[in-house]
Amino acid sequence: MSNVKQVLFGPILANNPIALQILGICSALAVTSSLSVSLVMAIALTLVTAFSSFFIAIIRNHIPNSIRIIVQMIIIASLVIVVDQILKAFAFEISKQLSVFVGLIITNCIVMGRAEAFAMKNGPVMSFLDGIGNGLGYSVMLIIVAIFRELLGAGKLFGIEIFATVQNGGWYQPNGLMLLPPSAFFVIGLVIWALRAYKTDQVEEPDFKIAANSRAQEAL
Amino acid sequence: MEHYISLFIKAVFVENMALAFFLGMCTFLALSKKVETAIGLGIAVVVVLAITVPLNNLLYQNLLVDGALEWAGLPGVDLSFLGLLSYIGVIAAVVQILEMTLDKYMPALYNALGVFLPLITVNCAIMGASLFMVERDYNFSESVVYGVGAGVGWALAIAALAGIREKLKYSDVPAGLRGLGITFITVGLMSLGFMSFSGVQL
Repeated sequence: MSNVKQVLFGPILANNPIALQILGICSALAVTSSLSVSLVMAIALTLVTAFSSFFIAIIRNHIPNSIRIIVQMIIIASLVIVVDQILKAFAFEISKQLSVFVGLIITNCIVMGRAEAFAMKNGPVMSFLDGIGNGLGYSVMLIIVAIFRELLGAGKLFGIEIFATVQNGGWYQPNGLMLLPPSAFFVIGLVIWALRAYKTDQVEEPDFKIAANSRAQEAL
Repeated sequence: MEHYISLFIKAVFVENMALAFFLGMCTFLALSKKVETAIGLGIAVVVVLAITVPLNNLLYQNLLVDGALEWAGLPGVDLSFLGLLSYIGVIAAVVQILEMTLDKYMPALYNALGVFLPLITVNCAIMGASLFMVERDYNFSESVVYGVGAGVGWALAIAALAGIREKLKYSDVPAGLRGLGITFITVGLMSLGFMSFSGVQL
């Protein structure tokens, strides 16, 4: 039972796909300027990861090793086509805002990475849970970034006004930079800093250490 | 001609794949520790993009788009939903063929690029460029220019980041920001710099 918990919740803080494994960063940056769009993206990615891991785990013993990447790609691409068509049918506005990024779930390293690293070695149920867990880790990061960007950039959450902006006679002067691409990098960088301040074992070793200050007479 | 030049400049600077659309970020962050590696990877990306984007354009215009199958007696068939599957197939195949051709005929270049080629299949910049090409409805010659431009822009960005990171490793960064954290902040600042191109009217 603790194993299930480890697989499901481990990726959220201890082994976050974005903050530690450097996977799936492209879409994390691009879709986070509004909360509702990132929520849709998070759900889509979690489902694709979970089901692709599940299907790949089912047939893992039948895939010849030399063509496994192509087989994984085809399974993932078929699932993404399903997601893309569903979004176009039922959430056309959001699908327009996501533009190419739904299609880019195929090349999202989280999906491929989990298929390759986990689903090829474990049973279908565990792989499904691992997919859900990594999807959750990605979702949590996406939602945190989106909350910061939409709240500070437009004073809104889900399009509902939280801070009354100056244009509408309120007090909050929106920070337009938060809606632009660079701020996504800054917010993720700061979130990583916060996460590593809490989980100090994730801190990377520096290549070079600066020597302690030494006085002239000590040097001699 | 002028149209193509402005398309190229736009693809390299204004709509930089890495810094304005965040595509290919995983490899961008993971392999930018050394300038040499970064330039090797950059060249590989330019080559693959210059081949796959026009190829996918031909595929899209002649087989997938609504009504493209008229010559086969199937006028009402719209296969554009199969796009994602076919583009990734083309990319994976081209990368594989390129790897084998280089291995056979240009061993020197193969040794320089070899390690990076398999990585490129899952680089979102490659897939992203094909998807943008479809979304913006480029014709064949535009797609050639766009493919090369997008590749050059990405290569430029990763080479610049690697240059910064080579210097950065000597600096004293706060513990939690070391490595990935400070790289994100650096890329953010670079992206801010590239945003100054966004006002350029072409």
